[in-house]
Amino acid sequence: MSLPFKIALRFIRYNRSQSIFIILSIAIGISVQIFIGLLIQSLQTSLVETTIGNSSQITIVSKIKGTPVSNWDGIIQKISSDPVYDKEIKYLSPSVNTPIFISEGSAINSLLLRGFDFKASDPIYHFNSHIIEGTLPTNDNEIMIGKQFAKDANLSVGKTVTVFTAKRQLKILKISGIFDFNVSAINSSWAISNLQTAQNIGGFGNNVSSIEMQVVNVFDAKKISEEIVKMLNNPSIKVENWEDQNADLLTGLQGQSISSIMIQVFVIVAVTLAIASVLAITVLQKSKEIGILKAMGLTDGKTGLVFLFQGLILGIIGAIAGAGLGLGLSFMFAKFAVNSNGTPVVPLEINYFFILISMIIAITASVVASVIPARSSIRLDPIEVIRNG
Amino acid sequence: MANIIDLKNINKFYISGKMKFQVLHDINLSFEEGSFNSIIGPSGSGKTTLMNVMGILDKPQSGEITIDGERIDKIEKKRLAYIRNQKIGFVFQFHYLLPEFTIYENVLMPYLMKDSKPTKEIIKRAEELIDLVGISKIKNNMATEASGGQQQKTAIARALMNNPKIILADEPTGNLDSQSTEDIYALLRQVNKKYNTTFVIVTHDRRIAERTDRIVEILDGRIISDIKK
Repeated sequence: MSLPFKIALRFIRYNRSQSIFIILSIAIGISVQIFIGLLIQSLQTSLVETTIGNSSQITIVSKIKGTPVSNWDGIIQKISSDPVYDKEIKYLSPSVNTPIFISEGSAINSLLLRGFDFKASDPIYHFNSHIIEGTLPTNDNEIMIGKQFAKDANLSVGKTVTVFTAKRQLKILKISGIFDFNVSAINSSWAISNLQTAQNIGGFGNNVSSIEMQVVNVFDAKKISEEIVKMLNNPSIKVENWEDQNADLLTGLQGQSISSIMIQVFVIVAVTLAIASVLAITVLQKSKEIGILKAMGLTDGKTGLVFLFQGLILGIIGAIAGAGLGLGLSFMFAKFAVNSNGTPVVPLEINYFFILISMIIAITASVVASVIPARSSIRLDPIEVIRNG
Repeated sequence: MANIIDLKNINKFYISGKMKFQVLHDINLSFEEGSFNSIIGPSGSGKTTLMNVMGILDKPQSGEITIDGERIDKIEKKRLAYIRNQKIGFVFQFHYLLPEFTIYENVLMPYLMKDSKPTKEIIKRAEELIDLVGISKIKNNMATEASGGQQQKTAIARALMNNPKIILADEPTGNLDSQSTEDIYALLRQVNKKYNTTFVIVTHDRRIAERTDRIVEILDGRIISDIKK
């Protein structure tokens, strides 16, 4: 153990109340930083999850609006056989959208019939967890309707409905189930069937309206969609992504991130100033000892190191205590800030990398803060101390 | 015997606003290796400044200083720190022990400045010095737990740690009772004989000065008498 380190350690232990004061200010600062950072991150994740978690993040459609995408299985084949996209894209599924009109009593309702390959698209839409009555359409000419529409049109599972198609034909469909996606627009305007039923009703033949995808990292969607355009090199299709379609949300998230970073920066600045001022007082209090050490031959460099080491040691202890405190705050928040059904208001995600980075920043800030007292200790002339007793 | 300290034409003044106080006037003074000397004079006479100049703590405005054959008025700071650490031991009126460390650690401190891992011989030397000054019983106490006399003895042991050729002592017994004063002088004499260490003791007390081999008297920054016994 080098002498400056040893002296630094003794100074810290000897001036216990000051050391505790510095450690506390680092710990409180870093815990606020970690708590706010984690909270904002989790809030954003949950916001993004709510917004796009149950929908398509990249969608391939025809360039001419309303026309189907042909050779869709070829496109799916091409994307899913690519080793890069196999890793980046979680789910890939075709869907058919076609308008239908249901006449019940005196009213005629317009719905959007969405035909899915249930096996492929269930991971995107989580149909099974949204069914509140009945089952998924298992056979052709079966549909599932939304909770709101079922109520408005007074329909229930097992009933049949007469449907006018966009091709001016009449079809009779059986209601197999009722869903609730927690979004009233969907609950009142969607009907869901298997792919063939929707293809027949919409006169699509073997074509589909769109190919939908979810990606592993949602913020890569735009980049991946641009790469898919290049790879497919198909002039008749268009690739849309959620980032372009939700620009406002992204701007909001970005603003939130910036304000969170600003709070964190100011917390670090405040902590740094607190450490610097307390350590500066230590230099004054210890000027006698520093003077005598210098008189005995302690070099300026080693004298400065005493204070840098103090900053480092206090920073490390403070960062560890602060990380513990910040995690504690976060867990308390997750435990006590809950919705009426017991789920947390913001499901907290513990980002250990962020915590580690915050700790490293706090330790660096402590060392930087100790540069000022270190410099004043270097400038201290032993003769001043000895002459003045 | 060769001179271990050589001062030539030393002038030192302090400037305070527009006033200039000359503290040392053209001092020429040398001390032989292994000698036991005192500098006396009333307070304000410049004796402490003279000692600080010899200890290269204070810099004169003009003059040459040679310590152990090396001109030190023109060398860099790091080398000065080295010379202070290796060749000079200081004993001040206020002992200035580090309260955060034990008696034993305080004694070892000058060695640790150069090398953070003391060898067996060094540890043995520290123990010997502690024995010599008679504080072995309390060597593991914190420095603040010792009496004034014990603390000053610790400071002496510390000054001797790196086996310096020169010990500069400024009123080393100024704060002590007469019994402790006796002990300390006996001790300094003993060290002088045992290690052939050169002593320069600054004091205002003529009775103490009379027990040294050479008395340099200083008044208003000038040497007014220099008596060798």
